[in-house]
Amino acid sequence: MTPIALMGALEIGLIFALVALGVLISFRILDFPDLTADGSFPLGGAVAATLIAGGHDPWLACAFGALAGAASGLVTAWLHVRLNILQLLASILVMIALYSINLRIMGAPNMPLIGSPTVFAPFIGEALENSWLVQPAVLAVIIVVTKIALDLFFASQTGLAMRATGANPRMARAQGVATERMVLSGMALSNALIALAGALYVQTQGGADVSMGVGTIVVGLAAVIIGETLLPSRKLWVITLATIIGALLYRLLIAVALNADFIGLQAQDLNLITALLVGFALVLPKLKAKFSRKAGGKH
Amino acid sequence: MLRADNLFKTFNPGTPIENPVLRGLSLTIESGQFVTVIGSNGAGKSTLLNAISGDLFVDRGSLHIDEQDVTRVPAWQRAGMVARVFQDPMAGTCEGLSIEENMALAWHRGRSRGFGRAIRVEQRELFRDKLAMLKLGLENRLADRIDLLSGGQRQAVSLLMASLQPSRILLLDEHTAALDPKTAAFVLELTDRIVQENKLTAMMVTHSMRQALDHGHRTVMLHQGRVVLDVSGDERKQMQVSDLLAMFEKTRGEQIDDDALLLG
Repeated sequence: MTPIALMGALEIGLIFALVALGVLISFRILDFPDLTADGSFPLGGAVAATLIAGGHDPWLACAFGALAGAASGLVTAWLHVRLNILQLLASILVMIALYSINLRIMGAPNMPLIGSPTVFAPFIGEALENSWLVQPAVLAVIIVVTKIALDLFFASQTGLAMRATGANPRMARAQGVATERMVLSGMALSNALIALAGALYVQTQGGADVSMGVGTIVVGLAAVIIGETLLPSRKLWVITLATIIGALLYRLLIAVALNADFIGLQAQDLNLITALLVGFALVLPKLKAKFSRKAGGKH
Repeated sequence: MLRADNLFKTFNPGTPIENPVLRGLSLTIESGQFVTVIGSNGAGKSTLLNAISGDLFVDRGSLHIDEQDVTRVPAWQRAGMVARVFQDPMAGTCEGLSIEENMALAWHRGRSRGFGRAIRVEQRELFRDKLAMLKLGLENRLADRIDLLSGGQRQAVSLLMASLQPSRILLLDEHTAALDPKTAAFVLELTDRIVQENKLTAMMVTHSMRQALDHGHRTVMLHQGRVVLDVSGDERKQMQVSDLLAMFEKTRGEQIDDDALLLG
């Protein structure tokens, strides 16, 4: 694998680290199985691409993309909390609705951004000779800042209340936590991160496409599961770190699998590989336990 | 002070499994009073506690805490007034969070939560001092996950958590029922100590008539969603478990007679 291909895998891995952090908040911290991601990821991309194409600042475009994502998460949470619609179903409804909304926002199934300004553009030379290095570097900074901000948030009074809401809502209420509000704001935060990833993604890919969200949730979940399998911990700063490592590792494994000619895999096999990888990561802890039992382990 | 007036609550109304649990229950508890509550299964003990905590709303009647009408106030808004220890040790603490994180959650009960650090140095000191009172060695395990503790240890921590902030009433829902006799005795002794030290108004539901008479200032018996016995002072001091048991049988016996009359 060439260094450029490696950096390309790293770049997408970093973007999906944001998705994975969002999935971590909904699935693990709030215990809210949320499939909105497949709609909020392209939503962030559509909003950002439309704003950038309209001549707006790319950072501003990212911010509005994230805001739009927050709104979609809020709708999913509201459908569940206020209208008592099953979590999974509520998120599927929003995801489907977003497909139409994303088409409306872009006015077309796709929107090219070739030659438009991006958040990476100021750091890239005129001949684009260093873009393969600059894009992952900028993304890495964004990820590190996001991780630290999340760690600080979940160590705060409100963050702790949010974690309690997911772990034991009845106890949280007994301690005076407005659990409904926590679910609403947590889901907004989760989907804001996922939409921000979408907004950055369109800027690395040179355009937005309405179908770019397919499988987002599976990739995010894969990263979370790989992370917690490799680095099991209850400390939140370790969990966020593991999630980011999981996302990077996932993309690297995919890149290796697709690049190894002797295996004979092609790009269209991506979803199959993902499913196999997630499946493997899910059974790995059980296999480990079984193995240690057979080896006469004391566990 | 807690005042419950004529509370009614029916589960599954209008269905074949309709179940009227509270049927005009009235009860007033003065500030600083420790009341024990007994009654058979289905007498309405847990429903009464859930109604006071706000976990469920009554169909009719009113609830006042210190002259404030809380009948329609949701549980999380009442939390500043009502502290609670659950029967299930798992229910009162938050699995996956550490001991100090659980205590920090309780330390903020009834207070607004911002974006400041949940656990500051002085709080950690306070938690350590409080845990040291238990003499269980937990003061050295602040960062341990709470689900590593035994049921008794978790109930003891739950009690501490309930006393970290002032409350108008402390609700104890058979909080020793899931423990072995020795641990139960320890948790009960701790309960008495915490209630006395903080001069708490408390309500303890129990299945044990012995416990009901040995602890607190007043004993109330519920039957079919109403208060059927209310003893305190000298009358209660002279009371034996056998007396209580006789009264218990009597109320149930009367009920059977009533049914017999109806069927006849």
